Amino acid sequence: MEKFIFYGLALTMIGFAIASVTSRKMLRSVVYLLFVLIGIAGVYFMADYNFLAAIQLTVYAGGIIVLIIFSVLLVHHIDMEMEVPNKTKRILTALTCLAGLGVFASTIIAHPFKVVPNTITTTTGDIGMKLLSYDAGGFILPFEVISVLLLAAMIGAITIARSGKAPLDETEIFTPSPEQLPRELLEEPLEKEIAVSYKESTLLETIH
Amino acid sequence: MIPGISITEILLVTSILFFIGVYGFLTRTNLISILISVELILNASVINFVVINKYLFPDILQGVVYSIFIIAVAAAETALAVAIIFNLYKQISSVEVTETETLKF
Repeated sequence: MEKFIFYGLALTMIGFAIASVTSRKMLRSVVYLLFVLIGIAGVYFMADYNFLAAIQLTVYAGGIIVLIIFSVLLVHHIDMEMEVPNKTKRILTALTCLAGLGVFASTIIAHPFKVVPNTITTTTGDIGMKLLSYDAGGFILPFEVISVLLLAAMIGAITIARSGKAPLDETEIFTPSPEQLPRELLEEPLEKEIAVSYKESTLLETIH
Repeated sequence: MIPGISITEILLVTSILFFIGVYGFLTRTNLISILISVELILNASVINFVVINKYLFPDILQGVVYSIFIIAVAAAETALAVAIIFNLYKQISSVEVTETETLKF
């Protein structure tokens, strides 16, 4: 029974991952990624790590996907198709990835894993005690560091997102103020009517 | 351990996911799509941590704790990347990699 569930999950994840990296509509690609993440949460549930599965569902499938969808909707036109690189590059990349996958697969298959049979259920309390323990092997220092990191990332994200300059308007660019006129016009004492006509002609040009 | 499923099968599945992410990372030209591929790569590595912890060292919890840390760092990274993409879009009205020449604060 578990075999069928696992193979179903694996096929779903691989299929949606391929769809996610090859789809030309960006919003669909994000939604395919959501299915991959839910499949990964299913693998955690099968491995009896309920707390990790809950984290996966809330942080990834809840938070990060919403953030990416938000950015796609703000940045992209919804019916615009993404451009894909040329066929040679795609085939070369796919071949390189397959070669790397072959190396990984041969290493994994050849390696003798010393699997320990167990039926220990890890509770959330165990993980909490491990995260906050002061003893050897405890994770209190990385825990505190990660909280500082999250605070720094939050402040940095707000600062970066606020500091952008809006692009200049075209009317702003093409409206000359007196100090934007050519310098030789202002500094060199030209004859008056030539200067005036030059000024008028530039102004007329800029108006058009 | 998951009954009936060996560790080799799960590691093969995560390897396939990892290389799909690498493929997307190398072929996509859009910053948000590259972010999606990075999420795939990170998730494949997180499953590896969890599964190796479950199958080989079930009485210690290092893999689970590392996975929680990786997920937290991935959340921070996504927030920062989205902020940078917004800023870039405000400045050059595009999120394509080929048109990204300035990343100045």
